[in-house]
Amino acid sequence: MKIGLLVNEGPYQHQAADSAYRFACAALAKGHEIFRVFFYHDGVNNGTRLMTPPQDDRHIQQRWSELARTHGVDLVLCVAAAQRRGICDPDEAKRNAKDADNIAPGFRISGLGQLVEAAIECDRLVTFGD
Amino acid sequence: MPVLHTVNKSPFEKNALDSCLSHALDGSTLLLIEDGVYAAMRASSIEPRIRRALKRLRIHVLENDCRARGISEDALIEGVGSVDDAGFVDLVVEHDNVQAWL
Repeated sequence: MKIGLLVNEGPYQHQAADSAYRFACAALAKGHEIFRVFFYHDGVNNGTRLMTPPQDDRHIQQRWSELARTHGVDLVLCVAAAQRRGICDPDEAKRNAKDADNIAPGFRISGLGQLVEAAIECDRLVTFGD
Repeated sequence: MPVLHTVNKSPFEKNALDSCLSHALDGSTLLLIEDGVYAAMRASSIEPRIRRALKRLRIHVLENDCRARGISEDALIEGVGSVDDAGFVDLVVEHDNVQAWL
């Protein structure tokens, strides 16, 4: 079955990012497809490659990036939410005249249309947030 | 199958559970996750509400979230089922829609 996930909360702040990740792993293990994870509101903070948690803690961004690499999961950050929170890819950095970008591997920045598309394309959409 | 409702808030903190219970149709399913699992504990002021709801809804808790909060299987109200992450996925697949009461 095709499943989409919506993550509305940031890492290390609320359990949503952990719950969504665990769900994604369990779904993939059962042979389902995770069509897309859409990160909205503070959820976009899951996609900065600059996060550096202590070594004995889970690395929430790397976990997501690994899912994208191994299972081709499409990780999408909402552009408006990302801009507000200083998350940008090389294109966005250039467009807004920033001196650096910080998007993590496997993530991309796009619009709310990607959430609507996930809701249409997927058999189920599961929301994790606060 | 009808709707799977998820509640992730403690009923002692927010009214997400009450909102869910007042909207959920008979025969639908409620999955308590994260702090929502506190609602399934026996001998709290919420127990009567859960017992009433069990007459018309299937109610489950997410096992890991219970364990993380020190809630053992025998501390749960009878009739409340326990599912692991794979069971969560199965519930999502079995139901036509998933409604998160954030």
